[in-house]
Amino acid sequence: MNIGLLLAALLFLTGLAGVLTRKNILFMLMSVEIMFNAAGLAFVLAGAHLQQPDGQVMLIFILAMAAAEVSVGLALILQMHRHFKTVDSDAMDLLKD
Amino acid sequence: MNIPALLWIIPALPLLGFVLLALFGKRMPRNLIPLIGAGVVGIAAVLVIIFGISFLNNPPSGGSIEQHLWTWFSIGNFSPQITLHLDTLSLTFIFVITFVGFLIHLYSAEFMREDEGYSRFFAYMNLFIFSMLVLVLANDLLLLYLGWEGVGLCSFLLIGFWYNDPVDADKNAYAARKSFLITRIGDTAMILGLFLLVKDFNTLNISAILNAAPGVWSADSSTAIWAAVLLLGGALGKSAQLPLQTWLPDAMAGPSPVSALIHAATMVTAGVYLLARTHVLFELAPSIQLVVAIIGAATLLMASCSALVQNDIKRVLAYSTISQIGYMFLALGVGAWSAAIFHFMIHAFFKALLFLGAGAVILAVHHEHNMFKMGGIRKKLPVVFWTFVFGSAALASIPLITAGFYSKDSILWFSFASVKGSTWLWLAGIVAAFITSLYTFRMVFLTFFGKEHTPVSYKPGAAIKIPLIVLGILSLVAGFIELPHNFGHFTPFSDFINQTLPAAVLSTRPGMSEAALQIIAAGLALAGLGIAWVLFAKKKGVLFHYQQNGGPLWFRFLFKGWMFDKLYDYLFVKPLVWLAKIDRRDFVDRIYEGIGRVNFGMNRLFSKTQNGVLRYYLLGVALGAVVILTIILVL
Repeated sequence: MNIGLLLAALLFLTGLAGVLTRKNILFMLMSVEIMFNAAGLAFVLAGAHLQQPDGQVMLIFILAMAAAEVSVGLALILQMHRHFKTVDSDAMDLLKD
Repeated sequence: MNIPALLWIIPALPLLGFVLLALFGKRMPRNLIPLIGAGVVGIAAVLVIIFGISFLNNPPSGGSIEQHLWTWFSIGNFSPQITLHLDTLSLTFIFVITFVGFLIHLYSAEFMREDEGYSRFFAYMNLFIFSMLVLVLANDLLLLYLGWEGVGLCSFLLIGFWYNDPVDADKNAYAARKSFLITRIGDTAMILGLFLLVKDFNTLNISAILNAAPGVWSADSSTAIWAAVLLLGGALGKSAQLPLQTWLPDAMAGPSPVSALIHAATMVTAGVYLLARTHVLFELAPSIQLVVAIIGAATLLMASCSALVQNDIKRVLAYSTISQIGYMFLALGVGAWSAAIFHFMIHAFFKALLFLGAGAVILAVHHEHNMFKMGGIRKKLPVVFWTFVFGSAALASIPLITAGFYSKDSILWFSFASVKGSTWLWLAGIVAAFITSLYTFRMVFLTFFGKEHTPVSYKPGAAIKIPLIVLGILSLVAGFIELPHNFGHFTPFSDFINQTLPAAVLSTRPGMSEAALQIIAAGLALAGLGIAWVLFAKKKGVLFHYQQNGGPLWFRFLFKGWMFDKLYDYLFVKPLVWLAKIDRRDFVDRIYEGIGRVNFGMNRLFSKTQNGVLRYYLLGVALGAVVILTIILVL
């Protein structure tokens, strides 16, 4: 149980580190997916601990939502690549000031 | 004719003109503007003359006509009324306002034709006539004060009329502000006086106050003196008397018809009207009435000396206006009420004429104001020349043939012979009369005689000539309605005014006879003419030399109007500016400045964080989450 949560935490931190350190926006999206899965794992563990089905229900929601999010995210990345001719997230700072 | 029911039409007509011109003036065809502007005043003048004739034929019972229009407002038992009051005093004033006002409007139709603010000019002029009529027809001091402030506003607007003049915009705007602020000092005194009257009488109805005052206040009691002082303060500001006279010479920045109407013929005599209207209050404060006479005498001496050395033709006339109103104050001070009103009327005729003539001259010589650059234009502009000479003769009170002689002579006689008069007051008047004659003819000789310095470029048309001729004739013959006691003894005008105001009381102390005084006055006027001829027409004298080189100290002193501007600058303006300068950096300001500075710093700091890099924002979110989680876990 605690090991499971530890794994979830590790996965989450891995994802977070990926988001913060990678400049390639494609990898950032992938890291976000890892964080989603860490959250999903935590839900399932919590559901098992409480003997409730809610955790698994939430995981299904998260998976569905993640699928939708990925499709939108990939479409946006495609547009960004066409517009900026790069996938470097630091190049996209037109909203500053 | 049924005057009581129709009295309201007289002030309503110029108000109608103002509203029409203000709302539609910009879209009106140019020829319609003077038709409305001058037309409404013309109709009002005709109505006033008809009313006047019916007033003379059937004098109303009680000597006055009142028309109650409505109650202004009502608080407790203080309820000022909008009531028009016509008696012989206000009839004289509304006659001068509408009649002279109409002639000046007619003149302006031509004089201002090329000006882009044509409709604005007539709108302001109509508003002025309306306010002035309200002032003199008011039966309530509060309504009088409304008109009083209205004429002040119009004076401000019209002095600054050329506020966007390419050369003189700053000077014109400064003159307008100055006149407004200095008259405001007087107005403040006056409103305080009104408060004092409300406190003791619970009403501002003029006739009620005048009837009640002798019963409530004993003569020379301190309240009576304060009321008289405060009302006098208002009158001094409006009528440009010592010590509030400094605005009038600068007011000449306005167009010439404005100078003629507002700063010579009508508005500046509002102070004379106020004092005459509230004469009972001044008779209750004899010491203040003496002060009125002394101020009048001092002002007329001071202003006539300054008029003697000016270059600008309009400034000569401005100083002469101050000095002539000084004569009226002198007359009011010695209790010669009708003589003051008589001189007001005659002065309105000849001073309006002189300003209009000066305007025509200035228009003819390319807007040149300096008399030393004029000269020799009498043959080119015969009508202007002759009417100007008539007006000047009246101003200098050339004996027997001019109206000015009769009106000024009656003031001089009363200043000597009235119970409140004295030899000193008479002496001031007679010396100033000599100087008046000198500077008047200096102006005539410099402007119209000698070599031509500037060629004539514009010949006045009929709309300019007709007012000049009418006023020129009046400047000569209007005096015959009031002849001195020792010849003719024909006094319809003072009989007329004495229906409203008390007659002057003559003293019984021995002195010179009236004829001797008249011969001295006449002799001095003619001597002034002769000396001016020698100094300024035959050969340009010492004063001409001074004009070119700045002149000695006394000359510059007189030229600057006895340096009153400089005195006030050192007494009031400089200390105030100094105080403002040290006050702008006090510690209260530091607090507010500190708050502002902290905010600016924070702004600079936090705007650094908005750098557009996505990963920083995510880091911020993550750190924020960590902080919140920590707080939740710890607490």
